[in-house]
Amino acid sequence: MKCAHAVALVGVLLAATTVADTPLEPLRSPQEFDSIRDRAARSKAYFTEAAKVLQHPRCLNCHPATRSPTQGDDLHPHVPLVQAGPENKGTKELPCSSCHGAANAATLGARVKSIPGNDHWSLAPASMAWQGLTTAEICEQIKDPKRNGNRTLAQLEKHLAEDPLVGWAWDPGEGRAPAPGTQQVFGQLISAWIKTGAHCENRSR
Amino acid sequence: MSQQLSINGVTHTVDVDDDTPLLWVLRDVIGLTGTKFGCGIALCGACTVHIDGVPRRSCITSVRSVGNASIRTIEALETTPVGRSLQKAWLDLEVVQCGYCQSGQLMSAAALLAGNATPSDEDIDTVMSGNVCRCGTYGRIRAAIKQAAAEIHQSAPEGTR
Repeated sequence: MKCAHAVALVGVLLAATTVADTPLEPLRSPQEFDSIRDRAARSKAYFTEAAKVLQHPRCLNCHPATRSPTQGDDLHPHVPLVQAGPENKGTKELPCSSCHGAANAATLGARVKSIPGNDHWSLAPASMAWQGLTTAEICEQIKDPKRNGNRTLAQLEKHLAEDPLVGWAWDPGEGRAPAPGTQQVFGQLISAWIKTGAHCENRSR
Repeated sequence: MSQQLSINGVTHTVDVDDDTPLLWVLRDVIGLTGTKFGCGIALCGACTVHIDGVPRRSCITSVRSVGNASIRTIEALETTPVGRSLQKAWLDLEVVQCGYCQSGQLMSAAALLAGNATPSDEDIDTVMSGNVCRCGTYGRIRAAIKQAAAEIHQSAPEGTR
């Protein structure tokens, strides 16, 4: 296991040299979909656009398929190999807060320029795992109260549009590419998706 | 900026920029050099201290973020039964090779035993994966943590085990 950690550590250091200064990805606003006349088709198009954020590494890394987060734009295993623990904030013995404070923190090293941080830094619950899912599967999952933290669509919209931890994706600290667009446009897309019926693409891969 | 810090039960007044890493304050201002600088990016664990009992990497912890919290460093390890048992086990099993990472290893081990009195090999490997040792003393570290856990268990009053 230690060898695996060492390989992952090298991966972190190599990845960190290539991620910085990535050009910002755009995110189209809801108005740019006005030409789609069919309401359900337009709804799906809103979500597909919003999913550029949901499927971005800044989001996926803490919505992993297992109970351990990943890191970097290549979603490599987190170093160290932390576990979600009972409250999704790591274990008592190795909590997320060992390294992740209330805000992004500058490092003393050159190759990893900052350590991410947020007041509510935590892993998504197991029911909200996104890694490995298609956009259509995430769409179904995110509006299912049994899998979205028992949120109504209105609560979901507020969460995605306003939650500071979601907002971290656009302010991820030096050396880390932010999610596409802005949280404001992302929230507008989610709002438009809900207002048009919250339709999802077919789940076939 | 002048700030008071509680370190190992003693209040220190320091005058440093508020974004100064706690590690520099401990080593260069207070003179507690047991906590080591390793990678500077929170990946190796050499700079681990406890803040309100939680293991923290002091190299990426700004002094501003500490506030009134209680900081404990390797210099205070021996003030707790867990710490003393770990020190004894470390010596008994001659864990240390070059020794540079060992203060961080011990602080992580102390946090582990404080939260899990009878850790399995897997528990130890998982928690201690945050501390890197270039000498490869991992096997001895694991054995020493198990010895310390056993000693603590043996010395616990009947009925509390």
